[in-house]
Amino acid sequence: MGNGIDQIFVDGKIWLVSQTPLVAQPIVSAVISIAALIGAFATLFALTTILERKGLGRIQNRYGPNRVGPFGILQPLADGLKAMTKEDVVPRAADHVVHFLAPLILVVPVFLALSVIPIGRNMTALDLDAGILFFFAVGAATELSVFMAGWSSRNKYSLLGAMRAIAQMISYEVPLILSSIPVILIVGSLSATAIVDAQGGYTGILPHWFLLTPWGLAGFILFMIAATAESNRSPFDLPEGESEIIAGYYIEYSGFKFALFFLGEYIGMFAVSGLAITLFLGGWHAPFPFLEFIPSYIWFFAKLLGIIALLIWVRGTVPRLRMDQLMNFAWKFMLPMTLINLLVAVLWQMMGPGWGRWLMGLALVIGPYIILGKALVGHRNWGKRTYRFAD
Amino acid sequence: MTATFIILAIITIAGSVAAMTLRNLVHCALALTITFAGLAALYLHLDAQFAGFAQLLVYIGAVAILIVFVVLLTRGSDTPQGAVFSSGWVAGVAVAALVFGVLAYMIRGSHAIGQAAPAAPDVSVRQIGDQLMIKYVLPLEVVGLLLTAALIGAVIIAMREPEQT
Repeated sequence: MGNGIDQIFVDGKIWLVSQTPLVAQPIVSAVISIAALIGAFATLFALTTILERKGLGRIQNRYGPNRVGPFGILQPLADGLKAMTKEDVVPRAADHVVHFLAPLILVVPVFLALSVIPIGRNMTALDLDAGILFFFAVGAATELSVFMAGWSSRNKYSLLGAMRAIAQMISYEVPLILSSIPVILIVGSLSATAIVDAQGGYTGILPHWFLLTPWGLAGFILFMIAATAESNRSPFDLPEGESEIIAGYYIEYSGFKFALFFLGEYIGMFAVSGLAITLFLGGWHAPFPFLEFIPSYIWFFAKLLGIIALLIWVRGTVPRLRMDQLMNFAWKFMLPMTLINLLVAVLWQMMGPGWGRWLMGLALVIGPYIILGKALVGHRNWGKRTYRFAD
Repeated sequence: MTATFIILAIITIAGSVAAMTLRNLVHCALALTITFAGLAALYLHLDAQFAGFAQLLVYIGAVAILIVFVVLLTRGSDTPQGAVFSSGWVAGVAVAALVFGVLAYMIRGSHAIGQAAPAAPDVSVRQIGDQLMIKYVLPLEVVGLLLTAALIGAVIIAMREPEQT
């Protein structure tokens, strides 16, 4: 029973493919996977925009959208129609070809990155031997798209935004990749499916997720911080910085091209969250053995929605960083912490089971955290806030 | 010479030709990126997954960005008014043709050309890692040391000098 529902999409796809002639089968199979991926995640994108606006509204003591449909849940539909009917304004001085290509170069790689994430048992659209490497390789193209958008608009704010975005993305890509290396090291494979398989099984009722080890916990937190920065979300949304550079690199985009940028940003967020789930949160595995009857893809999307809720919460509560704080944080805190975490993972593997490695892991994670945190704050005195004019 | 190879080769060559002939430097850099992507696709076409993805990650993610950054920071995006080619382009073409001729002659004369192509080894990422970490660990470490030295050197050059009063 449980198995039937779990594999319903896989069986459905196999059946559909078997109905077509033999020559067309590889293409039909690919098209079905791509269509399912785009459909599912575009729907999730629509759902996330409304959740985000509602959630931020709650955090800021207002209602959020509540006019279109019951509780405003049809708002994404209205937004989509609005984006499609708007005029596509391109500045006269803009570089038309590059200006046109930039949104496409953002959207295509993020969907490609999404395709290596296992979203359920036997449900990986593109099961590569070097899946994680593929993820980071195609993710690199998004930086180029940001540059193209910022440069081709011929607008100083968009160029400034693009420069900021690229500096930030390059800086945080290093900790992002380094914080995922311990998992690859422990599993001994770059394949996303193998990494998820390695996290199956339970000890008592606790799952074998990498989150429940010292290096996994530290790695997950570091990975999520770097992922937030990579997807340009608050508190790392300097490239957009509405109050300083208006909207950054997509200031000169209107209509559906703007919607494409929006879509690309959110799909990129889903992709990197999906990678975090794959690496640390056990992929599609259920958290407890008695919950295994729930289909695997439901677990994946539940975890994804949980991470999205976390990101919305962070966006609503943490103020934006300054540029120097951003860079200092990346190079003086994140990078050493990820390197130490790598060392912890190696020692963890070498020490074998027992209490010793838990003590070692916790000490080596918490100690540097305190030391590096103190060093980052510096010798500044954080006293009571004083006001020059208002008292 | 399969169809995919021909398409990829045309894309790669078109990218590099555009990188040489376009007027705007940023356009040239973007065209060069197409060449990098084409090369990565050629590696993938040869079943070299690791090399292909590493090419994408390093060349498109880092080198292309570095090039456009340098172009923007040094001379801005103003297009040159005069001719793109330098005056000595005839000599340049002659030298290029000569080098190509010599290389082609040597390759044609090689005894390896007559042999049948060996069966492509099935190289996984794991094997590459094993080789790098066991057999070629010394070259790897030397390269790492060199890169670290370059990094430290760059930081020292970029470091603000103490103000002389």
